[in-house]
Amino acid sequence: MSVDLALIFAIGVLVACGTTLVLERSLTRVLVGFVLLGNGVNLFFIVASGPPGAAPIVGASDERMADPLPQAMALTAVVITLGVTAFGLALAYRTWQLEGHDDVQDDVEDSLVMRRAERDDMSGSFDEVDESLPEEEGADLPSINDELTRENDEDDESPDDGDPR
Amino acid sequence: MNHLASQIVLVPVIVPLLGAGLCLAFGRSARAQRIISIVALSIVVVAAGALLWRADQLGPQAVNVGGWPADLGISLVADRLSALLLVVSTIVTLSVLLYSFGQGIVEFGRDTPLSVFHPTFLVLSAGVSAAFLSADLFNLFVGFEILLAASYVLITLGGTEARVRAGTIYVIVSLISSVLFLISIAAVYAATGTVNLAALPDRIAALPEPVQLVLQLMLLLTFSIKAAIFPLSAWLPDSYPTAPAPVTAVFAGLLTKVGVYAIIRVQTTVFPDQPLRTLLLCAAILTMVVGILGAVAQSDIKRLLSFTLVSHIGYMLFGIALATEAGYAGAIFYVVHHITVQTALFLVAGLIEYRTGTTQLDRLGGLARAAPVLAILFFVPAMNLAGIPPFSGFLGKLALIQAGTASGDWLAYTGVGAGLAVSLLTLYAVAKAWNRAFWQPRDEHVDDDVPATGGLHPDTTTTVEDKVLRLPRGMALPTLALVTFSVALTVAAGPLIGVSQRAADELVERTPYIDAVLGDVP
Repeated sequence: MSVDLALIFAIGVLVACGTTLVLERSLTRVLVGFVLLGNGVNLFFIVASGPPGAAPIVGASDERMADPLPQAMALTAVVITLGVTAFGLALAYRTWQLEGHDDVQDDVEDSLVMRRAERDDMSGSFDEVDESLPEEEGADLPSINDELTRENDEDDESPDDGDPR
Repeated sequence: MNHLASQIVLVPVIVPLLGAGLCLAFGRSARAQRIISIVALSIVVVAAGALLWRADQLGPQAVNVGGWPADLGISLVADRLSALLLVVSTIVTLSVLLYSFGQGIVEFGRDTPLSVFHPTFLVLSAGVSAAFLSADLFNLFVGFEILLAASYVLITLGGTEARVRAGTIYVIVSLISSVLFLISIAAVYAATGTVNLAALPDRIAALPEPVQLVLQLMLLLTFSIKAAIFPLSAWLPDSYPTAPAPVTAVFAGLLTKVGVYAIIRVQTTVFPDQPLRTLLLCAAILTMVVGILGAVAQSDIKRLLSFTLVSHIGYMLFGIALATEAGYAGAIFYVVHHITVQTALFLVAGLIEYRTGTTQLDRLGGLARAAPVLAILFFVPAMNLAGIPPFSGFLGKLALIQAGTASGDWLAYTGVGAGLAVSLLTLYAVAKAWNRAFWQPRDEHVDDDVPATGGLHPDTTTTVEDKVLRLPRGMALPTLALVTFSVALTVAAGPLIGVSQRAADELVERTPYIDAVLGDVP
């Protein structure tokens, strides 16, 4: 199968840009990335359909027809991408309405579990052991942990204040 | 073949979509919407039952939509596996729908458009059916997209802060898996010139081995994200718990299982010669172990259940990875069992939330005395999930362990060991939830800085003592029905295992499916 190198190159650029953007925190950028990815994949379908040919209408031309199936698939994929992007934009707008930004947030429960784990480290027995061995490596760890916990506490509290419910 | 009767295959896809349209048209009347939804889903249950009977007695039922030849057009096929999963999924969907009436989910918050829930729910059901029935990869993708689009709406229902946050994670992960799926489909088409599941095996087999491997890995990667298989499972426990109880229940029951179904289908039909046994067994073992360790650490019932969901997907993958007939049979039986039990448990979690205003174990206690019915409703599926004899969970695990020991190599034995350990840890996790929520008195010195996440009424901190809410019958009865159904799976385990084994036979044999799809070429 002969392949159009320009198409492959375009797919590469689109997918690379899309992947970079999808890794961003902001939902809008993620969506733009998704659109780029989707377009790259649609071009991939065109590549998959093989060499170009005449319009796939029976009897319209004597030339070799292009394969219509991947085009139908790409068309379906375009429609789906459009719908999902619209929903994603609505989601980004709603996030912005609620929080003033559209960053993807960390999970509240995850940070709660993390906080609990950190509290376990800070339990009395842990400190005692540490104090009895002041010369050991890492004896200064509790103070760092302390700061971390405090910072995390603040982080956790702040989104709750702006809770509109 | 009686052509007219095999058209039943279309019913599970068309009727819910039609119902969704009607629901939108009657958006003003909640009552009309309820009637339409119930009628549509009841028709689907009956049709699915008929399909299962026909598929079991007469072989796979296939329809080429629009009369196009199978490898060009859209074909829908119900073999034993598809029909069995369809029956269970529609029964579960129907009970969740009834439950949602009880909860009055449509009146959820004044901001929610009244008319959105029912049409979306029906579209979700149509998407699940389409995914189970489709006989080509692209149609499978469309089925996935239908159910995903519906699930995006359902998971962010009401648009509260917590749900938007959880929904965002879910939407992004699903988008990425969809893109991966599209890339895989394009690659498969470029390599073979077809996406029909029945036409693919021969053409795939003719490809060079590295190409086969790449295609298989890409498809498995896609489906593993959907099925929440470790290490692609991190999205699930973050996104499921915040949605309304019926939504979480139906997601937990069905959506991951659609991914599992796709893995079974692709592994058995398209790539029967290279099961990738070692890779899948390792993934299965890790999924089981990592999932349950997450569950043990949780202090919220819904999140705990989400982690057990991830963990138990590992059991199904274990059966698939063994690539023996017994393994497939065990996996199919386990899917059926798990759809029912996991949905029932999430419905119960919804009842707990309704009764007490929270599902956080730190804030719960003494429910066994306050709500004995609720206690029984939780206890039975929880023990079932942990695999206590004589429940169906025990039978499913036993079938998988037998299949594992029959394989007889060290990796399979490791899987069996992991399965036993995970079942024990599941028991520990649900017993912990049971103890803290139902058995021991409520801890009065609750950490007040623990925010009530995902609560039904997040602003109120109702406790058992403050406010005695009776369990609404509309919610309790469908839950009871589903719990009874899960127990009935134990009673009817003989025939069910029979069907699972025949379905596995059919999968390993492959020719009935391929002949049914390709045989109708005009």
